[in-house]
Amino acid sequence: MKVFIYPTNSLILYDLVERFGHEPLAIMQEIGKKVRTQGLDSPPMNITPEDPKFGLKYAAVEVPAGVRGRMSLLDPLLTKAEAAIIVNDPVISFGCMGCARTNELINFLLRGKKIPMLKLDYPNTEEDAKLFVYKISEFLKSLKPAEEKK
Amino acid sequence: MEKITKMIVINSSKLLPSDVAMKLYETKDDIMVKETCFGIMVSGERAILDPLLVNIRKLDPYGIFIKERGFAPGEPFRCRATRRGGARPGFHNLETEDKILPHIAAALKALDRGEVPGPKKKTKKLDIDKLKAIIKETEVSK
Repeated sequence: MKVFIYPTNSLILYDLVERFGHEPLAIMQEIGKKVRTQGLDSPPMNITPEDPKFGLKYAAVEVPAGVRGRMSLLDPLLTKAEAAIIVNDPVISFGCMGCARTNELINFLLRGKKIPMLKLDYPNTEEDAKLFVYKISEFLKSLKPAEEKK
Repeated sequence: MEKITKMIVINSSKLLPSDVAMKLYETKDDIMVKETCFGIMVSGERAILDPLLVNIRKLDPYGIFIKERGFAPGEPFRCRATRRGGARPGFHNLETEDKILPHIAAALKALDRGEVPGPKKKTKKLDIDKLKAIIKETEVSK
């Protein structure tokens, strides 16, 4: 099953989803597709002026181009998502990934999709981590593997 | 065929990035390997990389963490060598998560042992009367 992860570039979530036999949907896949295309029009991410137009699917034209550009990257992931694992208020949302409006919009759209969703906090101690991994493993076990679904 | 890059983050006491690099070279597959401070970056066809990394993970299932990377190793727009130093974008997230990896490794071990963790302990906030008592105790008499 295709599992959307948030933070969308999380190593831990990507690894755990793959480890438990599902397909993680992460932003790196979409960035990879963009930067591997021949002829880089707009380095480094190759977000061209066309991309914010794709973002219009989610946000109005008055919304900053940054939100729309990010949404154009995330659109394929949101469309494909069959389940989601979300970490509440990750520290990284303060950094490069820190477009608060995009992050809110992603969470809103995922809730609207009515797909199985798991919400957690990042662990700080070993006990928290045990619960974190246990919850993720139980959640992923409850989802049908991709082969069985067909 | 789709060419991808994967990051192998090593957080192990018995495995070095160079050991993993040697194992990757031994396979003689058509891949590109780069050692980094956090582990290894491997670039190659998805059909080759995915089964290969399943075997690499077996070297230390609790010490190896893998994720995909958008940019290829040494990409001039990302590599700090061509960006006048400094952390590359994305490093800060990796650094933040790297600190939790020993806990995650311990949790994975516990999961394999069949341990079921108890509910999360909630830390109680300090009672207002207790706070008042502490203030009173520490007050310096005039």
